[in-house]
Amino acid sequence: MENQKIKIGTIEASQLSEEKAAPQVKTVSILKKVQRQFVPQKSISKRSAFLMGVLAFVFLILAWSVVTYTGIVDPLFAPSPSATLQEAVRMMTSGFWTDIGVTVMRVMLGFAVALLVALPIGIFVGAYAPVAAFFEPVFSFVRYMPASAFIPLFIFWIGIGEKEKIAIIILGSLPQLILMIANNIRNVESSLIEVSYTLGTTPINVLWKVILPKSIPDIMNTIRIVLGWAWTYVIVAEMVGASSGIGYTILQAQRTMKVDSIFVGILILGLIGLICDSVLIMLNKRLFPWSTNER
Amino acid sequence: MESIKVQGVSKRFTTKKGSVQALNSIDLAIEDKEFVTILGTSGCGKSTLLRIIGGLETASEGHVMCHGSQVTGPGPDRGMVFQQYSLFPWMTIQKNVEFGLKEKGVNKTKRIEIAKQYIDLVGLKGFEDLYPKNLSGGMQQRTALARGLANNPDVLLLDEPFGALDMQTREVMQELLLKVWQTSPKTIVMVTHDIEEAILLANRVVVMSARPGKIKDIIDVDLGKQRDYNTRLTEKFLEYKRQASNLIRTESMKVM
Ligand SMILES: Nc1ncnc2c1ncn2[C@@H]1O[C@H](COP(=O)(O)OP(=O)(O)O)[C@@H](O)[C@H]1O
Ligand SMILES: [Mg+2]
Repeated sequence: MENQKIKIGTIEASQLSEEKAAPQVKTVSILKKVQRQFVPQKSISKRSAFLMGVLAFVFLILAWSVVTYTGIVDPLFAPSPSATLQEAVRMMTSGFWTDIGVTVMRVMLGFAVALLVALPIGIFVGAYAPVAAFFEPVFSFVRYMPASAFIPLFIFWIGIGEKEKIAIIILGSLPQLILMIANNIRNVESSLIEVSYTLGTTPINVLWKVILPKSIPDIMNTIRIVLGWAWTYVIVAEMVGASSGIGYTILQAQRTMKVDSIFVGILILGLIGLICDSVLIMLNKRLFPWSTNER
Repeated sequence: MESIKVQGVSKRFTTKKGSVQALNSIDLAIEDKEFVTILGTSGCGKSTLLRIIGGLETASEGHVMCHGSQVTGPGPDRGMVFQQYSLFPWMTIQKNVEFGLKEKGVNKTKRIEIAKQYIDLVGLKGFEDLYPKNLSGGMQQRTALARGLANNPDVLLLDEPFGALDMQTREVMQELLLKVWQTSPKTIVMVTHDIEEAILLANRVVVMSARPGKIKDIIDVDLGKQRDYNTRLTEKFLEYKRQASNLIRTESMKVM
């Protein structure tokens, strides 16, 4: 009896406090809401995630504005956001578009060739131990030789034309693609392969009936990651012996001390990268709705 | 006629850290349309034995005969269902169940029809077009069971198929398996460490001893063909349970 009474008492008390101290309850609930988001490994809603991303950009631009508009940093070293925007407009109307186009073309061409070669090799390296034993040591070795170190050699061999730029991109991305695709293939659970054998699949067919379909989303993810790296290779190649492209533009700007042009060049690179990345992520989600991968 | 004959099978795994004698001269004959459960503590070699029967592992000594011919590798005559479901995630439930039939070359209309029939049998009607990731563990395991059954293998090998499921789901699945076996009998070899499950489902319970894995005893379970949940409460069932528990307990003590 006593216990019950106490219980009833507390319920009444809590109800009362909710009615009377409404504003206080509200702040508490917001705090609780925030607290609930900060649980390790717990995901948040798409909208909150998007807002957080935007917030980070806002902070970045804010910090940039503060150091430039207040004159903390000499405009010679860092232009303000508005000055950068102005410069971007000027560059776009005076031929920077073609430079962007040239760079994008180089990356796409070089990467496409690398991918075309890497796909079959990577798949076979991942699936068949003898192929892996043959290719893997070589490509693991080549992988640790920076593509940029080959630029002087390639210029000597092929000259400073388009071929040299594309060759650098291929050399940079090919080993990465092969080794990573091979790993994607190897990551297919052996239980899936085994169960397909007990359902009548032959060892020859299991590669394209089970292993490939299972690993395609992962391979797409590999493509996305290595494409990002290919962008760094092309910029380095364009800074050494080139007469067009984003990298070339950035280097020219440095020679004339046009820091605002350098800013524009770098920001454009980031923007293109972000767009590529988002498109590939979206494509992966659309094409493979069955995939359990988060990214 | 004998469906499966395990003759003098031993298995030794050699790894960098040394070697493990997983199985030691196992002899076992399984009749056609018999339901045999293999019971033992974890690590005693149950999975290894099942995988050797399935052809996924090769015996160090001895061999396995399936319907008179020696097992040299996996094949559709010995279907297998694993604890971790192993569904093809890129295929819908319907396509998963059709997979083996497609491999056999069964034409499309026939394939769809048979798959529907087994999806129905395991109670997944209406879920045909979903992907595995959208199903619960129990439903995924039902799909795996339907996929194994639809292929109509001579022998169905089950490796702790309900081990990852919660108690309630597991009991539902056990009744489902009983129903399937009662309506269309086939040779089933099922590995489990659950004593009640082993007795409830089997004609014979093969109790294994640990390290090296040996057959310790075989219990003939005479509970009739018509069994259900209530069978667990009968005096006879409890007597079998007592017998199996005693055998298992002495084994667990040895391992610890
Ligand atoms: N591929 C393997 N390599 C090395 N040792 C293994 C392998 N598979 C199983 N074993 C060992 O063999 C023994 C029996 O394993 P297993 O058949 O999986 O037991 P159970 O299924 O009864 O739990 C264990 O000691 C295990 O560590
Ligand atoms: Mg096991």
